[in-house]
Amino acid sequence: MAGYEICFEPDDRYNAFLTTCKKVTYGPGKLTGVAVAVKDNISTKGIETTCASKILKGYIPPYNAHVVELLMQSGAAIVGKTNMDEFGMGTTTENSAFGPTLNPCDTSRVPGGSSGGSAAAIAGGMVRMALGTDTGGSIRCPAAFCGIVGLKPTYGRVSRYGLIAYANSLEQIGPMGRTVTDVSTLMGVIAGYDRRDSTSYNKPYTHTPRADIKGLKVGIPGEYFGAGVDPKVATVVNSAIGRLEELGATTVPCSIPSMEYALAAYYVTCTCEASSNLARFDGVRYGPAADTKKSWHDAYREVRRAGFGTEVRRRIMLGTFALSSGYYGKYYAKAQVARENVKRDFARIFSEVDVIAGPTMPTVAFKLGEKSDPLSMYLSDILTVPVNLAGIPAISVPCGKVEGMPIGLQIMGRPFEDERVIDVAYAYEQEVT
Amino acid sequence: MTENQVIIGLEVHCQLDTKSKLFCGCSTDYRSDGPNTHVCPVCLGLPGAMPVLNKRSIEYAMRVAKALNCTVLHESEFSRKNYFYPDLDKAYQITQYDKPLAEGGYIEIEGDEGGEKRIRLTRIHVEEDPGRLVHMGNTERGKYSLVDYNRAGIPLIEIVSEPDMRSPKEARKFLNKLRATLEYLSVFDSEKEGSLRVDANISIRGSERVEVKNISSYKGVEKALTFEITRQKSLIRRGQKVDRETRHFLEASGSTQSSRSKEQEHDYRYFPEPDLRPLHVQSWVDGIVLPELPDARRERFIVQYGCSLNHARTLTGELRLANFYEKVVAPDPKGLSALAATWIADTLIGELNYRDMTIDAVDAAGVTELMNLLRQDTITDKSGIDVLRVMLDQRLNPQPCETPAAIVVRLNLAKTAGDTGFLTAAVEEAISQHPTALEDYRNGKSGAINFLMGQVMKKTRGKADPGELNRILTEALKNREV
Repeated sequence: MAGYEICFEPDDRYNAFLTTCKKVTYGPGKLTGVAVAVKDNISTKGIETTCASKILKGYIPPYNAHVVELLMQSGAAIVGKTNMDEFGMGTTTENSAFGPTLNPCDTSRVPGGSSGGSAAAIAGGMVRMALGTDTGGSIRCPAAFCGIVGLKPTYGRVSRYGLIAYANSLEQIGPMGRTVTDVSTLMGVIAGYDRRDSTSYNKPYTHTPRADIKGLKVGIPGEYFGAGVDPKVATVVNSAIGRLEELGATTVPCSIPSMEYALAAYYVTCTCEASSNLARFDGVRYGPAADTKKSWHDAYREVRRAGFGTEVRRRIMLGTFALSSGYYGKYYAKAQVARENVKRDFARIFSEVDVIAGPTMPTVAFKLGEKSDPLSMYLSDILTVPVNLAGIPAISVPCGKVEGMPIGLQIMGRPFEDERVIDVAYAYEQEVT
Repeated sequence: MTENQVIIGLEVHCQLDTKSKLFCGCSTDYRSDGPNTHVCPVCLGLPGAMPVLNKRSIEYAMRVAKALNCTVLHESEFSRKNYFYPDLDKAYQITQYDKPLAEGGYIEIEGDEGGEKRIRLTRIHVEEDPGRLVHMGNTERGKYSLVDYNRAGIPLIEIVSEPDMRSPKEARKFLNKLRATLEYLSVFDSEKEGSLRVDANISIRGSERVEVKNISSYKGVEKALTFEITRQKSLIRRGQKVDRETRHFLEASGSTQSSRSKEQEHDYRYFPEPDLRPLHVQSWVDGIVLPELPDARRERFIVQYGCSLNHARTLTGELRLANFYEKVVAPDPKGLSALAATWIADTLIGELNYRDMTIDAVDAAGVTELMNLLRQDTITDKSGIDVLRVMLDQRLNPQPCETPAAIVVRLNLAKTAGDTGFLTAAVEEAISQHPTALEDYRNGKSGAINFLMGQVMKKTRGKADPGELNRILTEALKNREV
């Protein structure tokens, strides 16, 4: 392949990158020469991939994630690996072993998380597009907080092969960009079937965004504007929905009663899966080496205690507990029932409306250090996790500001109707810019 | 009667003989290669790698399920069994838990009380093999251990029996039958080292159950069970309690040893593997055409070749042996089947075991020729054994192998039938060399004839026809009666 080369030496004031590639070669293709940043939990052959964890410091994958192969085939220049909450566990990118990322809109605030590095790299003008991953809102939250666009695709639409798993049944890799068009273009590159991911579907994405939403039915769930949601945020989002109506959409009030249990179901499921996924980090094969003079279980214990951050250890312990003999039925099994209820609620609503709209996050970006207790941080995920439990697509598009900080409008769609949520976001974006 | 009754159930892990591993494309043919040469991101459990189910391994497992009369479930599912061990690279094993591939079924064996006995099966499930640790020095004081992931991801089926066996002998018969069935199905190669591993649950009626793990040979199963029965019975006899525990089998000493309690307290925290979809393969069952299985072949050998039940059982007990027998008799089934059944089942197997050889090393055409020599009365049975031994020994060496006829000529083993002059001379010589034997004969001691016959046989290296020799010797002795 004919090689071109670019130099990438950004002024990374926001600590968006964990690794930057100074000289990047790229080939021809749809994204030829476009600088794309990749979240550090996506495997890149020959480039250190740490998930922002000390336990993977020095790990250089011997293979590329499927999406990275696709990016390279499209001519994109992969310029670096972005900061994140360790293993994706967080809503602020403060849980990185390598320091927090700052919000380019206000450096005293967090960029959101866990794909905060990718969002800040875009918002800070260092790259045009980036890949994030979304397990419970990790693309949409930082997109909303940093004033960019981010799509969590339908579960199975983008191959997870090479994504270092946090919670397999919930997460998806997705595109982030300055505009809906960029997000749509990147989605076109990364979506499609991959036989190496058994949960992948053969639904390539070949769509070009269209701004026509006449006759579109938009569901407005009461829960997205109720308790816990900052009224100022609700007001901005409501007026954005008003713009959709001006464009010919009609709104229908609706309700997602299962949301009462969504957060609990989400945290039980993701911690259970995480406790198993992260068990392999033991210092035997990669990461900081285990002390071979100790017995293996002592060596494991030390490597893991030193290598994982507080939040990761907390979630491993929660998940280990919830899966333990005698508790499985009480927690994991119940969480799956709640998850089915969320799916059923969405299916019911989508039999009457085309998309559902609401705020992405209940507030604007937090101040650094503001969410110091884990529970209040978990609560801020309430508007994003239902989408992951149901496996449906959702996009966050900037829709105004409160106190100078960006707000995200979240559009949720039927499974495999990623095109439709893109169109609605595009229509809104075209209307306001 | 039921007092002190032994109760045995087995969990048998068999490697399926597929070309590639259960969840990736790596080759399963690793035994002759260096460590960690048959590995990829998937079977190394590298971060981000995902399992993709090998269709062939499910087909193989379903063949087994159908052959063992199991019910394949409408939906089955893979689960993660979570535990830390350095040979387990993901720190979980992908296996099946509450939704196995198949349930029920049975294996028929010849029971201790005579007649066919059904050993019921609980379930069959599919899982991946972990890697292997190689300890430098011994496990307690070794400097370090090395880990080899070549074996990681090899497809296994676990066949769990109900506690229906009543003796180590029945357990051995169960295993033999299972092994034969798997071989007949072409899904298993028992010759491969470590291809079969057994955990045994054993108790004495009324006492706690003990699980013996880590038995990796057929002989080991009988040894471990016999040891455990003795141990448990002697505990009971002394009025002590049998603890419910897990014990490890120590191959070298043939004994079992209690595992440390730390290892027993595993909580495997099973949950469904989120990277694999549930399996719906019940509809495949009807499409599976089973080959002839051991029981059917045994009955056919009895009918077609006139084999005795015992010979038929032995010959069909191993696929290779049954194939070998049919190859030997193929040129002349009518003339050779009875003779070959006796020779192969009663003589050849023993000679192979003595040399630690397998049937694969034996030339069927050569055995056919040997059978013909015997049938045409060219050599005696005694010489036949000599020829067979030479044939086998030559197989062990790199030198070219002779045909049975050539061996007969070279060793001058042709029967002396008709050559009475030669025999008469040998008899005369023996009598004159052993005057005391002649004396004994004259005193009416019948053992003297046998002694002299032995002497002549020795001289003629067994090629004398026993009937003819007896006649000449008796005559010669009669002539010397005073």
